[in-house]
Amino acid sequence: MKGWISKLRTLSLFAFMVLILSACGKENLTSLVPKGYGAEQSFNVMIISILVMIIVFVVVMAIYLYVILRFRRKKGQEDDIPKQTEGNKTLETIWTIIPIILLIVIAVPTITATYDLADTSDQEDAININVQGEQFWWHFEYANEGLQASQDLYIPTGEKVYLNMESTDVIHSFWLPSISGKMDVNPENENSMYIEAYEEGVYWGKCTEFCGSSHSLMDFKVIAVSPEEYNQWVEDMKGTSEQSTPETTTAQEGQELFSNNCLQCHATDANQPSAGPNLANFGDRTTIAGVLDYNKEELVNWITNPAEQKPANGMLDAPYLEEGHIGNEEAEKIADYLMQLQPSEITPESAK
Amino acid sequence: MSTMVANQKGFGAKIWDYLTTVDHKKIAILYLVAGGFFFLIGGLEALAIRWQLVEPMNDFVSSGFYNELITMHGTTMIFLAAMPLIFAFMNAVVPLQIGARDVAFPFLNSLGFWLFLFGGIMLNVGWFTGGAADAGWTAYAPLSTTSPGEGVDYYVLGLQISGAGTLIGGINFLVTIVNMRAPGMTYMRMPLFTWTAFVASALILFAFPALTVGLFLMMFDRLFDSGFFDPSMGGNSVIWQHLFWIFGHPEVYILVLPAFGIFSEIFSTFSKKRLFGYTAMVFATVLIAFFGFMVWAHHMFTVGLGPAANSIFAVATMAIAVPTGIKIFNWLFTLWGGSITINTPMLWGLGFIPTFTVGGFTGVMLAAAAADFQYHDTYFVVAHFHYVIVGGVVFGLIAGTHYWWPKMFGKVLNDKLGKVTFWLFFTGFHLTFFIQHFLGLMGMPRRYWVYLEDQGLNLGNMISTIGALLMGVGTIVLLYNIVVTSIKGEKVSGDPWDGRTLEWAIPSPPPHYNFKQTPLVRGLDPLWVEKSEGRKGITPAEPLDDIHMPNGSILPFIMSLGLFIAGFGFIYQKYDLSWLIVLFIGMGITLGAMLTRSLKDDLGHHIHKEDLEKEEAGE
Repeated sequence: MKGWISKLRTLSLFAFMVLILSACGKENLTSLVPKGYGAEQSFNVMIISILVMIIVFVVVMAIYLYVILRFRRKKGQEDDIPKQTEGNKTLETIWTIIPIILLIVIAVPTITATYDLADTSDQEDAININVQGEQFWWHFEYANEGLQASQDLYIPTGEKVYLNMESTDVIHSFWLPSISGKMDVNPENENSMYIEAYEEGVYWGKCTEFCGSSHSLMDFKVIAVSPEEYNQWVEDMKGTSEQSTPETTTAQEGQELFSNNCLQCHATDANQPSAGPNLANFGDRTTIAGVLDYNKEELVNWITNPAEQKPANGMLDAPYLEEGHIGNEEAEKIADYLMQLQPSEITPESAK
Repeated sequence: MSTMVANQKGFGAKIWDYLTTVDHKKIAILYLVAGGFFFLIGGLEALAIRWQLVEPMNDFVSSGFYNELITMHGTTMIFLAAMPLIFAFMNAVVPLQIGARDVAFPFLNSLGFWLFLFGGIMLNVGWFTGGAADAGWTAYAPLSTTSPGEGVDYYVLGLQISGAGTLIGGINFLVTIVNMRAPGMTYMRMPLFTWTAFVASALILFAFPALTVGLFLMMFDRLFDSGFFDPSMGGNSVIWQHLFWIFGHPEVYILVLPAFGIFSEIFSTFSKKRLFGYTAMVFATVLIAFFGFMVWAHHMFTVGLGPAANSIFAVATMAIAVPTGIKIFNWLFTLWGGSITINTPMLWGLGFIPTFTVGGFTGVMLAAAAADFQYHDTYFVVAHFHYVIVGGVVFGLIAGTHYWWPKMFGKVLNDKLGKVTFWLFFTGFHLTFFIQHFLGLMGMPRRYWVYLEDQGLNLGNMISTIGALLMGVGTIVLLYNIVVTSIKGEKVSGDPWDGRTLEWAIPSPPPHYNFKQTPLVRGLDPLWVEKSEGRKGITPAEPLDDIHMPNGSILPFIMSLGLFIAGFGFIYQKYDLSWLIVLFIGMGITLGAMLTRSLKDDLGHHIHKEDLEKEEAGE
């Protein structure tokens, strides 16, 4: 048995090395490389608690290994009866007091950070965004600017942006690991949290409260750009309108089809609230439906067969699916229309 | 399992014997078999989950089926595997450890089992009627209240029925331990397993009603159109989370404290020393249970309760680390200076210490609210609670299986195969779950049916799946061991481990009446006390006399069956009111059985002194 145990050991050591090399996960998704205020605060508490825990673990394991190696019964000791110790008051006191001190070491920064992250004293002067979680997509309403955006949230770097979150159906949870920890999005009350990105970038966000069939496909992005770029983006978005005519004829036909079949729920005007995702800057999206690669083929697939890509999503109730008059050809035209909706020069490309 | 009872009775008679038994030893076997069965089902569900996650964007199962798998895996493992297996050992061992001839209420003991079993079956009926529960084992509203079909209805009614069984079992053990201890068995002489069973029973008494209330509200929301958890009707979905976790957190201690008790017995026996710091151990057990009731909101740090509530619950949670640490150190110092034998039960014990310690550490890390904003609902949490529940409870149950198997069945499980099981399961366990801490931190939320390509999550998930397969192989070896031992194993004496507590003072398996004469307890580890004074057996507290024993009864089975039938009436009346007939029939059966029980005198039977003497002479 010894042989395969040592082989296993080598193997697990090897696996461990591979892990170390593949480092801390994907940039702008992992919480282990914090790039925003909340994530950094959480990370600090994490590190303090891990350090304390490693110290205790080393002590426990040292005693553990010593005990096993030293006191294992050897040949000829079968009839030895060890001394029946009852206990030891000094030892008991030591391993009660020291853990209490260590816990205080963790508790103080924990409480400080917890209060800090819940601070809303400067909320009124900051950018406020009403976040709405729905099965299975995210909507962002810029409260002061009156702008609507879905799936991609643009924010300026270096300042606190307050998110006021509420759900329209079940509970969701807004998680942006590289920038900030998470907060639940409840149907009965508004929860507020703030995010602050230190540097420009496209950050991955995920839903972390189990919300149904496509819970794992409810991703969103936060695009952090410089404050100037952010202001320009806001101005550009304010200028969007459903009337603007596309250049190509296929896109124009697509617009026609879109108005007849999709406009009941969607909007292409960022000033216009809508029941489904707002598509005003769809041409600049990083993904389709939050998770699919951004290209025409995927978009056509998505329009003609949304159930396959994202089970139980809200688009399955769309009348066009039942009526069946949107075939591949029509979907391609709609795709042409949607993919040319690029109202702003500020795109995910700007977040570099 | 039938080979255990090697007698001339026919198969039908044997089945009837188990259906009607009120003997705590046979009920223990029922719990063991049923709990073991559900453990295998839950394990298969786990393997299906891991196989779905072996590669990104896998399509091994659909998202709807995956959600049913994760829901039923959690529910099955907690309520239908871990709980009954804990009850199996409480039944098998506690009456023996305190020198009693049965539990205080043998009839209720049987009723508790059958309620659990029928509830467990009810939970799983959903698989065959269009889909099992799919709202997570925590069944958060409004996802659970709006989940279509009957899956969540089966969850609600199944848990309600089996929960009643658990509550009955808990009360029974409280009364048993308070009232049925042998002369001289004071509280501070009780073996630690009995102590932990006692404290866990008290936790059951206080925690389960919260679940019962929550389930009732959910049942009315789903089946009778009320709106307790529906914000649009003035309800509040967060209330469910409070009710669930007020039950759910103590539940963790209901499971793990008896496992601590099992390990305490094993460490003491196989290092041939009395438990180090017995008083501190008892005190720590009670303290953990007490704190266990004031930490539930640490499951809800991201709900938006505000920094004050989060801080209070964070500190309260951290405080639990202190008594848990006391236990770890006392175990280590029990081993210190001992004469340690490393056999299968001890190996599980030695595997438990580092594993559970890691689980405890991540527990403290999770308690730090500000950091939990990152951990919450990710694979970090999945890793943490598997370290605690597998590393603590499952390791403890498997250790207890090897340790008490000879007492329950008269044969020792094969030690070589036991060690193979341990190494496979232990390695597989750490491969599966250690990496999940990092997956969580790297951005993988829990309950994800698929993860996207190119997110740095592929390798970790593959390692995790390989580990899960190893655990599966380990479990198969354990089953093989049980079969081989049952067929070929040799009978052993009543005391194969050179034990210290009362259960080892009587034959294996114990006779129907346990103790011919009630034992006189003269100290902690009563059998050890006698041995160290050169005596072979335990000193009796009474002369040999007639023994009064309860009669078996089929009524508990019928009562539970009635509730099971009524459950279908409750569910399907939401489509068609004529199903109310089924409800009335079911409730009628249960109430009729209760009436029979109340009106019919059943005074039990006596085993006569002469027969006992004859038996003794025959030996």
